[in-house]
Amino acid sequence: MATASRDTVVRNRLGLHARPAMQFVDLATRFRSNIRVVSGGQRPGEADGKSVMQMIVLAAVEGTPLTIRAEGEDADRAVQELAELVESGFGED
Amino acid sequence: MEIKKGIGVSPGVVISTAIVLDAEDLVVPRRHVEPQAVEHEVRRFEEAMARSLAELNALRENVAQKYSKEIGDILNFHIGVLRDRDLADPVINTIRQQKVTAEYAVSVVLRRYASNFSAISDRYLSERVKDIFDIERRIMHNLVGQKQESLAHLSSDVVVIAHDLLPSQTAALDRAHVKGFATDVGGRTSHTAIVARAMGIPAVVGLGNITAEVSSGDRIILDGNRGVVIINPDAEQLAEHREYERRREVLEAELRELVSLPAVTLDGHAVSLYANIEFPEEVDEAIRRGAAGIGLYRTEFLYMASQKEPTEEDHYNAYAESLRRLGGRPLVIRTLDLGADKYTQARSPTPERNPFLGDRSIRMCLHDIPMFKRQLRAILRSSVLGDVRIMFPMISTLMELRQARMVLKDVMEELDDEGVPYRADIPVGMMIEVPSAALMANQFAREVNFFSIGTNDLIQYTLAVDRTNEKVAGLFCPAHPSVLLLIRDVIRAGQRNDISVSVCGEMAGEPLYTLLLLGLGLTLFSMNSTDIGEVKRIIRSTTIEHARQVARKVMSFDSERQILHFLREETRGIVPDIF
Repeated sequence: MATASRDTVVRNRLGLHARPAMQFVDLATRFRSNIRVVSGGQRPGEADGKSVMQMIVLAAVEGTPLTIRAEGEDADRAVQELAELVESGFGED
Repeated sequence: MEIKKGIGVSPGVVISTAIVLDAEDLVVPRRHVEPQAVEHEVRRFEEAMARSLAELNALRENVAQKYSKEIGDILNFHIGVLRDRDLADPVINTIRQQKVTAEYAVSVVLRRYASNFSAISDRYLSERVKDIFDIERRIMHNLVGQKQESLAHLSSDVVVIAHDLLPSQTAALDRAHVKGFATDVGGRTSHTAIVARAMGIPAVVGLGNITAEVSSGDRIILDGNRGVVIINPDAEQLAEHREYERRREVLEAELRELVSLPAVTLDGHAVSLYANIEFPEEVDEAIRRGAAGIGLYRTEFLYMASQKEPTEEDHYNAYAESLRRLGGRPLVIRTLDLGADKYTQARSPTPERNPFLGDRSIRMCLHDIPMFKRQLRAILRSSVLGDVRIMFPMISTLMELRQARMVLKDVMEELDDEGVPYRADIPVGMMIEVPSAALMANQFAREVNFFSIGTNDLIQYTLAVDRTNEKVAGLFCPAHPSVLLLIRDVIRAGQRNDISVSVCGEMAGEPLYTLLLLGLGLTLFSMNSTDIGEVKRIIRSTTIEHARQVARKVMSFDSERQILHFLREETRGIVPDIF
């Protein structure tokens, strides 16, 4: 099984709040791979990238380092697109 | 049997059956189910989830076209949460493993998430806890469906047990069957306390965790005098409290004899005792207890009783109904005083950081002129049916007062154009509840027909104390010398300008302050009707000379403790069994 991993940082000022978390989950569920998100910073945590509840509870504020891991046939593409989404600041400021 | 101690905020003793509410107006049913019913509960949960999702999808379709993208985003998030197996799986596991109702499992799982959210230090993210409650409410509504026992239609007498009663909940209560309130949080001036006293039923607040310890159906003794709730009492307790209930009735009967007697001191100084109400139906009770008029009609309940903003006709009907019941007695209608309350904040897309200093009350009305005008039109139209007076709340600057009067004038001109009759010289007054207004009372007095001092807010703003915050509530004290100075000066400004001054806050109904307010020159007290008897008893037992001496002495003290002690002694001196 292919695995891929990529480090990124939350860029948008309001952090991974409801809308970005939902965007992330919407994108993640388009992939067949299992997706895990590990957050660093003050309150480290780990979430299923396809669960909006888990993603919100990460409470990833601006500047939080994230590691996106995928396992599955489309793992490479998944981490790349998801990391780009995070880095784009979810279309926010 | 278990005894819980809280704060008694409305007197009386009642023995009745408990009904436990969750965060919203739903009755959380009994928790455990029979093993063979477990799969039925799982199915009910899944159906409720499907219905909730369908509702949200429909709503999103609607909203996306009409409103902002932000609301669409929030709905998307709600949909995402409902689809999340991290919601559904734990609920189903809880139902199966603990053999509980779907409602209970939903509540447990979502509360767990909510507490996770609340623990997040980032303010923006922790705000999401509101979404979780919203989602919980939606699933609950779909779960309970028609079989929900509505608080509006009860079949037998109950004591309502809740975390903290919301105005929207109390507005919809079946008042014939609700015999008492017990809540986890709150203080003497909390909403629950105010409503309980208005309804004349006992209430105990600040019980900590009573919602978790009582189940719907439990037998309860609620003792509002001593601030005690006894869960599933034994025979001895029952007998003792029945005796207590009986003695209280005897005392009530004594006070009732005072009803037809005037509120006049031993040396012939007469004052007026009015009542505060929230519903037209309360007028009868107020008159029965001796009120000479309504000094404060809180119109917020018109807004809270239903999901929609009231129409002009809703307003008019409520005012007309009150006036009919009053039979010529005065009715002071306070214009909308919403804003810094959970009801508004929970519904606002952008909750305020500091709502008590925010867009509340008259400010809110001046920001929504069409809404404000609807209410003013209804008040003016009702003015030909009886003695109606308009009162603007929360005025803090002259400009606000003038703006409000300008809107009133506009409405009058509209009515003129339409040929609708109203009383052109309707008395217009304002509440004094902000220190800036109290300090400038002389200037304000030239532009209004009356003042009414709202002590609850005046104290909160003067002392910078949130009375619902248990940690600082002890600092909230009507007897603080600074508060008394403001009250004294407002009464003086009224006298100098020959306009009437009343107190319509809690302080007016507390027997402890009757002598003082009388001595400061107050001539109109407006209070919950249940307090009229006691206040009248004190007034009829003293002389105006004595009251003035008391007031002079009080104003020479510099600490609230001294003042409270002195007032207690003086009041006991004239009515020994008062406290």
